[in-house]
Amino acid sequence: MAFGPHLLLAVLEGLVTSAVLALTALGLSLVFGVMRVVNVAHGEFFMLGAVLAWAVATAVGASPASGFAAALVIAPLIVGAVALLAERLVLRRLNHDPEATIVATIGLLYILQQLALTFYGADARPVPPPFNLRISLPWFGYSAYKLSIIATSAALLLLSWLVLTRTRAGLIMRATQYDSETAQAFGIPVGRVYAAVFAIGAMLAAIAAVLIVPISQAHYLMGQDPLLLSFAVVIIGGLGSLRGTVVAALLIGLCDGVISMFFSPTLARLIATLAVAMVLVFRPQGLFGKAAR
Amino acid sequence: MTASTRIYALHGAVIAALLALNFLLPAYHHGLMARILVLATFAMGYNLTFGYGGLLSLGHAMFFAAGLYGAGLAIHHLGFGVPEAFLAALACGALLALVVGVLALRTTGVAFMIVTLMFSQAVQLAILYFSAFTGGDQGLMLRPQQRRMETALGTLNLTDPATRYLVALALFTVVLFIMLAVARSGFGRVLVAIRENEERTRMLGYDTFSSRLTALVVSGTVCAAAGAAYGLLFGYVGANFASVQYSILPLLWVLLGGAATTLGPLIGTLFMYYVVDIASGYTSAYMLVVGIVLILLVLFFRKGLLGTARERWLRWLP
Repeated sequence: MAFGPHLLLAVLEGLVTSAVLALTALGLSLVFGVMRVVNVAHGEFFMLGAVLAWAVATAVGASPASGFAAALVIAPLIVGAVALLAERLVLRRLNHDPEATIVATIGLLYILQQLALTFYGADARPVPPPFNLRISLPWFGYSAYKLSIIATSAALLLLSWLVLTRTRAGLIMRATQYDSETAQAFGIPVGRVYAAVFAIGAMLAAIAAVLIVPISQAHYLMGQDPLLLSFAVVIIGGLGSLRGTVVAALLIGLCDGVISMFFSPTLARLIATLAVAMVLVFRPQGLFGKAAR
Repeated sequence: MTASTRIYALHGAVIAALLALNFLLPAYHHGLMARILVLATFAMGYNLTFGYGGLLSLGHAMFFAAGLYGAGLAIHHLGFGVPEAFLAALACGALLALVVGVLALRTTGVAFMIVTLMFSQAVQLAILYFSAFTGGDQGLMLRPQQRRMETALGTLNLTDPATRYLVALALFTVVLFIMLAVARSGFGRVLVAIRENEERTRMLGYDTFSSRLTALVVSGTVCAAAGAAYGLLFGYVGANFASVQYSILPLLWVLLGGAATTLGPLIGTLFMYYVVDIASGYTSAYMLVVGIVLILLVLFFRKGLLGTARERWLRWLP
């Protein structure tokens, strides 16, 4: 293949990565923005979504399309319930103290990883895509399912934006994010908002995982990379900024796609991690965020 | 008995007991204990920044790996002897800690955790990327003849179990007394003051940045010493020692034993190692144990074993 088509392929792959990354990172960003805590177990919610997608799709077993549809509904709901339980049982008792929360979510990370290893096993298993269609471009054929991931993710991001800016629930979330004490004084049940936000954040990661699992298999260690890249996106995009999250996800996903295609995936990760560390050191509010009040 | 003699008597007794164990322990526990002593040294290095300095780092695996690879690569590629390789490892740890510190200490709190986590990830990825030198995923094995050194008293063979235990104990002892001296020195007290209230310490005229940087460099050097000892004593240099897990384990050990106590890291490492060892007799799910212990510690037992003991009964414990 010549350079042009090669680059096109890299950009397409990068867009798929960006689409999944944007959803995952949006979940992390919501939790980080509203609750001011870092959820280190976010990658494990992603992994849990993928593993449950396999379990649901296998249990339904009919056609790939109905199995996938069932997984897309059921897996995020179960993951949301697990997250809700963790918030109620552990995080709330810590009063959402940032450092204690990190240690506790590291504990949660190990527990979820071990449970997945015990009950699901160490194998990587695929979920069949809901449809097998290849769109033939002049230089290569490209999976229509991958393109549909990009479209689904864009639709979900748009929906999140509408919910955050146009509905009462979004208003309550933004009020809590802006100033939780004043919000409490105005009768907003801040504790319940936190629980809901934590569950929604986990569900976004699970949805992203269900979307990706037909092209990249479910495995109990798959949570690490999304966690790291989501951190990168949230930090570069700036805390709690939806637009920043999307732009940063595009930037990182495309860079990852292009560098992985022409150099090596390890080098891509290496550059991304160092870039994130440097942004955090020299511009803690992120590239698109405003300085902390 | 003055407070000072009591403290030195306690630490001397701990070292004497560990020395006695060398002759008493059956082979399996003897080997396990040598490993625990090296890892407890790693935990003591972590305790200096986390316990005394109040800096929660999620990246100390990079300093352990700097020592491990500093020694391993020097032996493997440059044909260094054991003592030179150990010194090279210390230099690598100190240098890495200095560079990371200058950058990461510009941030605090959650940002500091993430920056250290990212730097540590970058170190692990670099080890994997330069696999031609480092052996990548496979790591490097150090041959037995590379793990001997000639001394005035004869050959010191680091593959021999008794020698291994005694060398590990010697390193542990030196670091323990350094930590004790630091904790009781003016510098140690300044670190604690910064942890408790950075603004006030700065107002009193202390340069908080350089105190923290010094603490991080000492901590990085100690962790590198532990890493180098691990590689030299057990003969394996691998990339998984640079993974996030090895940044989290010292945090777990120190939290369990008691942050900002001199003997806490040993107690925590010993306790956790045996909990995992006993649990793995019943189930292979040892990560589950680690996870549950972390959550229970942070929920109900923030001060750890020795921290609680100090608060309740032994006020004089350093």
